[in-house]
Amino acid sequence: MTVAVGAGIDERPTRAHPLPTLLRRPEVGALVATLAIFLFFSLSTQAFLTPAGISTWLYSASLFGIMAVAVALLMIGGEFDLSAGAMTGTTGLIVGVVTTQWELNIWFALVLALAVALLIGAGNAWVVMKTGLPSFIVTLAAFFILQGCNLALTKLFTGSVAIQGMGAVPGFDQVKVFFGSSFPFLGMDVKISIVWWIAFTALATWVLLRTRPGNWIFAVGGQVTSSRQVGVPVFKVKLGLFMTTAGAGWLVGMLQLFDVSTVQATTGVGQEFIYIICAVVGGCLLTGGYGSAIGAALGALIYGMTLQGIVFAQWDNNWLKAFLGGMLLLAVLVNLLVRRQSGVRA
Amino acid sequence: MTPAPIRPEPILEVHDIGKSYGSVRALAGVSASVGAGEVLCVLGDNGAGKSTFIKILSGAHQHSEGSLRVFGVERRFAHPREALSLGIATAYQDLAVVPLMPVWRNFFLGSELTRGRGPLRRLDVTGMRATTKNELARMGINLRDVDQPIGTLSGGERQSVAIARAVHFGAKVVILDEPTSALGVKQAGVVLSYIARARDRGLGVVFITHNPHHAYPVGDRFLLLQRGTSMGDFAKSEITIEEMTALMAGGAELEALAHELERA
Repeated sequence: MTVAVGAGIDERPTRAHPLPTLLRRPEVGALVATLAIFLFFSLSTQAFLTPAGISTWLYSASLFGIMAVAVALLMIGGEFDLSAGAMTGTTGLIVGVVTTQWELNIWFALVLALAVALLIGAGNAWVVMKTGLPSFIVTLAAFFILQGCNLALTKLFTGSVAIQGMGAVPGFDQVKVFFGSSFPFLGMDVKISIVWWIAFTALATWVLLRTRPGNWIFAVGGQVTSSRQVGVPVFKVKLGLFMTTAGAGWLVGMLQLFDVSTVQATTGVGQEFIYIICAVVGGCLLTGGYGSAIGAALGALIYGMTLQGIVFAQWDNNWLKAFLGGMLLLAVLVNLLVRRQSGVRA
Repeated sequence: MTPAPIRPEPILEVHDIGKSYGSVRALAGVSASVGAGEVLCVLGDNGAGKSTFIKILSGAHQHSEGSLRVFGVERRFAHPREALSLGIATAYQDLAVVPLMPVWRNFFLGSELTRGRGPLRRLDVTGMRATTKNELARMGINLRDVDQPIGTLSGGERQSVAIARAVHFGAKVVILDEPTSALGVKQAGVVLSYIARARDRGLGVVFITHNPHHAYPVGDRFLLLQRGTSMGDFAKSEITIEEMTALMAGGAELEALAHELERA
């Protein structure tokens, strides 16, 4: 067996890609599903395509969308955060307790809640990276801790399980301009959270596809050893991702608090899985390294449209969960197919 | 350790180098060197000390004995980055690529080109795509689409991308860790021809392999390792492929084995 130099050059033509370029984008499946669901409810219900209807489902989608985009970034980076849902409650409760019970400045309360959220996010990242434990377990623990603290501490400080009297706090109306206001647009009453959602999705997309940190997010999620070998700051990237998710939890916490002027101690519990479902429906691989922010935003739009569409169609609300499960399964199967089709070995 | 008559100035040079992990001596008394436009093949069976040797060269481990010189200056690497900054690049067996990412993103991963400043600092996508295409073409690899995931390339092509990447980022010496071991005959041939091309472009290549048939056609010098020690550093004129194979397999031991098998 002697190998002559040069004689072994592979003469095969470069494989033509089995998928057209467009279909290689992770969000294509979600886009098709979004259009289908939009058409379905537009045609089958009266209320869906009215200005009031549209602003309702857009508002639903926006709160889930902000979290889904953050969770998608984290998933592309190869990690999960199950504490993301409870975090929206925690931050709202901090602001509520600090302002209504201790009568501290509302702006200070906002900053304090953000600082606590970022610290918890950093804590999640630190434990995951230093121990090598799966983030699924670490953030599951964080989820239960937050859930417990939300209830116990709220009861301890307020004597009830919800924040009351938020509207009477000095400065509430000023902050509400940023988090709880709405403005008329094309006959719709557009809530400010929709603007936050679109802006956050655009920023996340730009970071992912057009900046170095974005490149590193794909890299650490796709193949962490390789990333280390070429000098990607793996710890910093993951730290940033966990903190971004926690920060998004704070944003959504504020958007909810200043919209309805109250927050329950159980707010956000159970929603962490919906964020993950939205991200997966949007094309994120559960194994990391692949996905899109726009896809996750579309996933949330699908959820928001279905949530309200079922109400408009006057069906039993419980169908939502069944639908969600079906969508998830379908999305995972489509992702699997795409991954196989793209011919990636190993 | 007799040097060949005309040799380029060594870029990377080790003398009596050794490494102990606690009480275990993984490598001892190894001397070798590689200059510009030279291919140094490091041969040895499993457990011969090849990995320890390249880990020292690439900066992943520090040597505990002997000396290591780069361009004549004594060095001790604390981190792979130090080796890299001196122009010593290593392509590991797993090639440090992210399979799902496009070829051009992999090519520049960790050293991305950017435009703009501050918060507007962004990737120079056009520049990186074009550079990737050109650099690969210079190595004789013509990809139709640098946007395809690198995982869709064959093993040989991926190796070649790794070599082209090292060359582009100013490597003076490229260390290739068993680049042909997982490949078929044809693909191995592809990689060997890229090694020859890198050598012709004036790079020093350290080529680790356990296959003399892969090493002999491209190598200028051959370092043979066995159980953590050197069996010699030979110029191509000083050794034949048969002698090399026999030495690697343990010479007398192999003869005895052949004898035994014949009778059985």
